[in-house]
Amino acid sequence: MGFKEKSFKKSLWVFHLSAGSCNNCDIEILDLLTPRYDIERFGMKLVGSVRHADVLLVTGIVTKKTLPRVLEVYEQAPKPIVVVAIGACPCTGGIFASGYNFAGPLDKVIPVDAYIPGCPPKPEAMLAGIVKLLNKK
Amino acid sequence: MAKEIFYFLIFPGLLFSGVIGGFLSWFDRKLTARVQFRQGPPLLQPLYDFVKLLAKETMIPKYGSPTTFLLSPVFALFGASLAAVFILLPALGIDGGFNGDLLVIIYVLNIPSVTYIIGALASGNPLAAVGASREMKLILSYELPFLLVLVSIIIKAGMTINLAEIVEYQVLHGAFIGSLSGIIGFITIIMCIQAKLGLVPFDMAEGEGEICDGIMIESSGTILAMYKFVKYIMLLILPALVCTLFMSGLSVSGINILWSVLKILGVVLLLTLIRNTNPRVRIKQAMRFFWIWMNLFAIISIVLAVFGL
Repeated sequence: MGFKEKSFKKSLWVFHLSAGSCNNCDIEILDLLTPRYDIERFGMKLVGSVRHADVLLVTGIVTKKTLPRVLEVYEQAPKPIVVVAIGACPCTGGIFASGYNFAGPLDKVIPVDAYIPGCPPKPEAMLAGIVKLLNKK
Repeated sequence: MAKEIFYFLIFPGLLFSGVIGGFLSWFDRKLTARVQFRQGPPLLQPLYDFVKLLAKETMIPKYGSPTTFLLSPVFALFGASLAAVFILLPALGIDGGFNGDLLVIIYVLNIPSVTYIIGALASGNPLAAVGASREMKLILSYELPFLLVLVSIIIKAGMTINLAEIVEYQVLHGAFIGSLSGIIGFITIIMCIQAKLGLVPFDMAEGEGEICDGIMIESSGTILAMYKFVKYIMLLILPALVCTLFMSGLSVSGINILWSVLKILGVVLLLTLIRNTNPRVRIKQAMRFFWIWMNLFAIISIVLAVFGL
């Protein structure tokens, strides 16, 4: 493993994209920043602009309204970018799968690297998902 | 000629101040984490961030001026390295500098802030324009108290505008922070460099929550890495300037190295504690704070300096 890959894994900057979620997964993501979980010890931090991001955390079903926005944000992100689907909604559609405004699970829209199911997933589950993803690469 | 290039690129300039400033930025983040009862990032975190950003894709915004957008971080890097050379050479006691280098430092220290504004406006993003206008107002606010504090320093040092002579005066007559006007001036200049560095009470140009990183919103990859490097350099040279003006310089002979390192770390500790115990203020509040209170403090400091206190 070269130093470039190592520094990529050691400094993941996370951008959080809500594609029509009920805000439950978003609160659980913010839990990761609290002193109890403290993701900054792994070098991760939450950034405000998608131009700085290395990881795109997508929460919520992709609705017909947010579909163009999700595509646009994905195109704006500098590559390489890791896309993580947080919660049951972007993974499968969850209880909204038969809704009239459902525009398909996230992997139909953009390529997804990791799925973290749960409604909402626990912060431990998110950390475990990211660790598995980094060990695979 | 070769000596000047070495000064600029390696020893007090680009490389040295970037590496030490990276360490100081780790110190700042670790301390922030400890204040919030967290663990904090590892020691090599600034290096990881920098290398990762260099390896990422650099995106150029569709609407805007690509040449200006790409050149502004280069000029920011030039300005910061030049300021590092002018400040650190007399501060470390390597070279005497020249008569009037304090005035050059005032101008050169403004180059990074001005290039942030130019780069942000060249990106063509409305949020970046909001951030740039806030940064502009912030410069207008903190420049006057900064200059007035320097005036009080010049009066105290017997009307000299040479940084090395100011250091010599303090070595002979005691550091300026020991006097009443020195303490008031020190409070003022700490607030000014807090705003110059864009740390929390005055980070409205980069508000993450409201305007999505403001002036940095469109910069990615190498451009962002260069801006980060400029911030590392500024985090070293502004505390070094404060130590030079108020605490009789950074001597590097013998045991004095320890005191010099402790002076720099102490100033950075003070900045970090201010950053962690204050909320972000609005730009209007920041301007009122600098124009009324900090100017008042600086003028009191000048008056006390004239009376020799």
